[in-house]
Parts: sequence; structure tokens; C-alpha cells
Amino acid sequence: MIWSGLIECGSKRRSRARRIVAITLGLAVGMGLTGSYAEVNQPVFPSARGDQCVEPVDVMRRDHFEFLKHQRDKTVHEGIRTPRHSLAGCIDCHADKDPQGRFLPVNAKGQFCQSCHVYTAVKIDCFSCHAARPSERVSQSP
Amino acid sequence: MKSVYFQSVSSSRVYWLVSAIAGVIALAGLISAHHMESAGHWVTGMNNQVVWGIPHVFAIFLIVAASGALNTASIASVFGRDDYKPLARLSALLAIALLLGGLAVLVLDLGRPDRLIVAMTHYNFKSIFAWNIFLYIGFMFIVGIYLWMMFEPRMNRFTRRSGTAAFIWRLVLTTGTGSIFGFLVAREAFDSAVMAPLFIVMSLSFGTALTLLIGMLIFWINGAAIDPALLQKLRRLLGFFVIGVAYLVAVDHLTKLYVTGHHQLERFILVDGGIYTGLFWGVQILLGTVVPAILLLLPRFCQRGYLIAAALLVVVGALAQVYVLIIGGQVFPLELFPGYSVSSTFYDGVIADYTPSLAELALGMGGIGLAVLVTLIGVRILPFLPVQTAGENHD
Amino acid sequence: MDMKDSNPTSARRTFFTQASAGVALLALAPGVRLVDLALAREQDEPASATQRWGLLVDVDRCVSGCDACVSACHTEHGLDGNERPQTDAQWIRKVDLVDNNTGHQLSLPLMCQHCEEPPCVDVCPTGSSFRRADGIVLVDKHTCIGCRYCMMACPYKARSFIHEDLTGQKTHAPRGKGTVESCTLCVHRVDRDESPACVEACTDVGHQALVFGDINDRNDPLATQLAETTSRELRADLKLNTAVRYRGL
Repeated sequence: MIWSGLIECGSKRRSRARRIVAITLGLAVGMGLTGSYAEVNQPVFPSARGDQCVEPVDVMRRDHFEFLKHQRDKTVHEGIRTPRHSLAGCIDCHADKDPQGRFLPVNAKGQFCQSCHVYTAVKIDCFSCHAARPSERVSQSP
Repeated sequence: MKSVYFQSVSSSRVYWLVSAIAGVIALAGLISAHHMESAGHWVTGMNNQVVWGIPHVFAIFLIVAASGALNTASIASVFGRDDYKPLARLSALLAIALLLGGLAVLVLDLGRPDRLIVAMTHYNFKSIFAWNIFLYIGFMFIVGIYLWMMFEPRMNRFTRRSGTAAFIWRLVLTTGTGSIFGFLVAREAFDSAVMAPLFIVMSLSFGTALTLLIGMLIFWINGAAIDPALLQKLRRLLGFFVIGVAYLVAVDHLTKLYVTGHHQLERFILVDGGIYTGLFWGVQILLGTVVPAILLLLPRFCQRGYLIAAALLVVVGALAQVYVLIIGGQVFPLELFPGYSVSSTFYDGVIADYTPSLAELALGMGGIGLAVLVTLIGVRILPFLPVQTAGENHD
Repeated sequence: MDMKDSNPTSARRTFFTQASAGVALLALAPGVRLVDLALAREQDEPASATQRWGLLVDVDRCVSGCDACVSACHTEHGLDGNERPQTDAQWIRKVDLVDNNTGHQLSLPLMCQHCEEPPCVDVCPTGSSFRRADGIVLVDKHTCIGCRYCMMACPYKARSFIHEDLTGQKTHAPRGKGTVESCTLCVHRVDRDESPACVEACTDVGHQALVFGDINDRNDPLATQLAETTSRELRADLKLNTAVRYRGL
């Protein structure tokens, strides 16, 4: 409840922010300042393997880090290595290959993690330690 | 009871010049920290053998000195000696400033300083480090309240009580800092109950020396001088503290010398440890103890110049002492196999190498720069310095 | 009912493990257990204190100059290093010993001893160093702030600090600059019922100086050997009750 409230709050604030941006922009144009403003493009990233994600897409977009964090604690502290919400599991499905058939890191430019995180301006701290490519031993098959 | 009036430091070219110097030193420390963090700790002299290097020497020195800097205030408020009152506010400010400087160095030397928030949200209450986080934060809070009680005339009646709380807290804090080392059962050089009392006496000595030096600097910036009678009292006090530190250092080494198992370690520090032996006898004992003790306790050296020299030597000796303690204690190999000579690819059985790099030295110095800068900002904003009256030169 | 005499079919075994009945059964009949239960842990089942993983190092079998265990560890965890021996990580190392009085020479591997009372866990300010229920001492690198207090506290010098940026980490061995690490007893392998890489390598070269197993399980080869022969802990004076024991020292 609180969370949904906060999200609504956030979106209200965002729409207000958008209005402010629009007004400022309008003023700028009106004043004859032709700046090099470019529309920020929606992130584009390679499609994943398999038919569907481990959770619905909208849930994953919002909560993927909650899942990852929960799983991370279970894996590190209890040794539970189920692939469903594991980072390795994500990478197995979402890593793209280059023309030579080699896996690309998911945090490379334009790849799955990086493209959205650049768009939302959220820095990822996973891959200074974690492998960003699937291991030889893929934990999920499709 | 004579009441003391206070003023803030007025703007002057000297003030801004000294502040700029302190600021540049602090900034150099910050830049060095950034370099160490982005390149990784391999650009320092620290390694898997010597895991705490010169930044820790400065950090521990500053943190220990911070609690000792409160001495003057404690003597005035807790022990009711009004003659120390003119320096009480400044001494409390110094306590906070030195602690800030030390903590900044400690935090910036972490492998992941960006995770400082983790240290604030995840606690292991068996860790002495975790206790210290509370002790440090609590110290700044309590000394802050103590300062408020001293500043606000309506609150003056609580000065003694808040001063007593701060005094007790600082004793616990230094015990905590000493225990960071004293509880390390793995290492011969640290594992000792003497460590906590040793750190307390060290704090008295280091803190008083820094109070004298920074106090004299700030009075000088403001075109004034500390009351000579008070200076002489602090001079004698520092002399006794220096002797006190020497006494506990002797106790520490004698206890270790008594145990056959520690003879090799003692031989290393006291006889054939190269730089560590040199620092111990040459800097810590001769320059940092014997010479200042003579300068501070013999009446013929009562001039200000000698006092400044003695206090500076105490600080240099203090840094050497913490260096020998922390680094010397780490370079000496762990003894896992008594009766065997050991060798490995991981430096088992050999004296480890440690040469501080410029970056880590600058980070350590930056802590001192930051402490002085914070003090200078404090005395500019609020009335920390006593207004000198004609009668003050007579007790 | 004597469990040892029963020979469970695979269906029964599946039933038992799926029902997570292992612990309950052990509680019903202390000291009696099915061999299979000690080995198999379901993927979604947490590590449990009924087990305590450990190692026995047979110093008489360990060959001086052989570093098969060390290279296996380095390969397994991708400890490539940067040709800087003072700062490169070493989770396991070979130590050569010479008796000061007799000149007798020994060689042995040294790594995290997986103490029951680990000093590194005691001193860690954030609780990042921890001991898993089954006795494996680990660093949760997500909460490690890199203070290195654990390295000061470890009597075995078993830990390494990562001094520079790393690339090409293995999926099962995440490691990165600014945090502390040490032998994990190959926890990722243990979790899928395999022996640590060093043990496997030592066996592969035919030395068999390392035995891995569950100290708590009487039927385990490790527990049997520990019960039948003399072994010792390093720095036994500290009473840390290590899970790594040495024989022939």
C-alpha cells in the first residue's frame, strides 16, 4: 500500500517534472534559442532466449533487484542455488552473442542490463565482481 | 570565580593563509584517496602482509589524540580548575576536529568507502570496530552537547555534568581504540591487556601536545598569546604524560620479554628490526620521549620556543610510536609452526616489506589538514577564544 | 527401526529428501543416519548444522614441490593475479617446514581453517565475515567494506585483499576490488555434492594427501580417519576448533 502510494507520488512528481521541462523548453524555443535538444530514446536491447521471463515483465522491471537481493542472501548465506531469481540465471537468458557467436557481457553498451540502467541513470555495481557473461555451465536450459 | 569572556577569530590575511594551507593539505589527501580507490590499493605500499599502512598510523594517532585533546576542558569542568577554563572551549572543538580528521582517513582508506552506509546499517556487535563506530559518533554528540552547555550562559550550570559525561566517554573511547589491537589474539605484537591503558596514556600525551600546538597557532593567528601561566601548567602536564607513556611502553615490552615465546618479536623491535628498531630508539624514545621530557620538565627550558619544539617532538615521536606498533606488529611473521623454519610463496616466516607510497602518506597528512581546517572554521564562526584582560598574566 | 540396515530404493530416497525428513529422522534416532541423506541436499534446501565440512591434510603424503592443489584452486576460482606476489590473492599456499632441531623436512598446504570460533567473524564490523550453518567460513562480499580487520585477526594469514580491478571472473566465484576473500572450501562445489578442487587435484596426481568430508557424519571417510588416527589443529592453543586438521605434523 505504502509502496503503491509512493509510486503514484513518484509518477505525479514525474508528470509535474515533465510539465516543467515542457514549459522551459517552450520558453527556450519561444525565445529563439535553438539548442541541440534530442529526445531521449527508449532503451533498445537484444531479446532474451526462451519464451518468457521468470516473472511477468512489469513485475521484473520494477522488482528485479528485490528478487536478486533476496536470492543473493539465500545463496551466499544458506547455499540455496536455485536458478529462478539468480543473477547467473538472468545472464544465461539475457546475454546476447556477437556475430562470431561469442557471448557479450550484459553490462556492455546496448546490452540488456546496461541499456535500461543508462536510460534510468542507475549505476549497476554487480559486475565489478560478478561475471557478466554466461559461464560454460549454463544453469537454465532453454 | 573569575568569569572568562570569549570571542571568535577575526578575519585576517594570516587566517586565510593558514586556512588555505590546511585546505590544500586536506585536498591533497582527498585526491590521493581518490587515486587509491580508483586504481586499487596496489598503488600503496600496503599488501596482503601489511594490511594496515600509514593511513592507519595517522588515523589512530588522530583518534587517540582527539580524546586526549579534551583534557584541558575536562580539567576545567570536571576537576574544577578554573585556570584551564580559557582553553576549555577550544579543547573540546579540537577533540571533535581531530576525531573527524582521523575518521576521514580511516574511511577513505577502506577498500569500499562507497559502502560507508553499510557500516552504518549492518552491525556485528561482537566486533570492536562496530563498538567504535558508536563510540566515535557518541563522542562527537556528547562533546557537541558539552560545548553547547559551555556556550549558552543559561546552560552553564550543566557544564560540569556534561563535561563529566564527555570525560567518561573519552576514557571508554580510547579503551575501545586500544582494544582494536589488544584483542587480536592472532598477533603477538598486539595481543596484550596493556594495550588499552597504554592507549589512554598515549591519548593524554598526544592530545595535550596537539592542544598546545594548534592552540598556540590559533592564538597567534588572532594576534594574541595563551596566558603564560596556563602554558607553563600545560607544559608540566605534557611532561608527566610523556613519562607516563614511556612507563607503559616499558611495561608492555617487559611483559613480552618475560615470555620466552615473544623473545624473537622483542628482538626484532628492539635490536635487529632495521627501520623499526631505528624508529623505536631514535624517534620514539630519544626524540619523542627523552628530549621532550627534558625540555618540558627542567625549569631552564621554560621559554615558548622550547615548548613548541618539545610539543612538536612529542607529535613526531607519537607518529613513530604508532608506526612501530601497527606496521612493526604486522611485518613480523605469524608463528604457526613453533620449532620449524617456514617458507612459502605467501611470505610465511619472513619479515614483510612495507614502503609507504606518496599517495597514502598524503592521505594521512590530509587528516591532519582536515582537523586543522575544521578547527579554523570553528573558531571563525563561534567565540572559542578567550578575550584577554590585563589581569590574566597573574594567577 | 535400524536405518543402517535398510536399503532405500531411489523412490524412497526421493520421498525422504523431498519431505525434508532428514533432520526429523536424525532427531528421532540420534547417531543413526542414512548414508544418502548426508550427501544429498536439495537445491532449495538451506545448508544445515547437521553437517560440518572439513579437511584432513596428511602431511606424510604431501609432496614437497608439488602444488597441484594450489594451481587447481587458482584455476577453479580464476585467481589469475597480476604478477605482483605481494598483493595477488592466494587462497591456498604450500608451506615448506624444516625442523629447527632435527632438520626434518615437511611440506603442507595452508588455507582457511574454517574455525568453529573464527576470529575473522568476531571482528568483522558489518557481519560480512560469517560462518555458514555447515561450518564453512565465508565473506559476504556484498557487505564487505574492505576494512581488513579480519586479515589482522586471522591467525593463519588465510585471507587476501583484492588490490586492483579484476576482469574475467568465474560465474561461481564472484570477486572484486576492495573486498577481502579467502578459501570458500569450494562452497559452490560442495553445494552440488562435489569435493573441493584442491582435494580432487591432489587425488588426481595420486598423492591423496587431502581428504574432504563431513566431520559430523560417523560413516564419512573423513570422520572415520579423524576418529582412528592422531591429527591436530594449527594454533590449537587458540581453541578455535578448526575444520581443517593435520596428520603427521
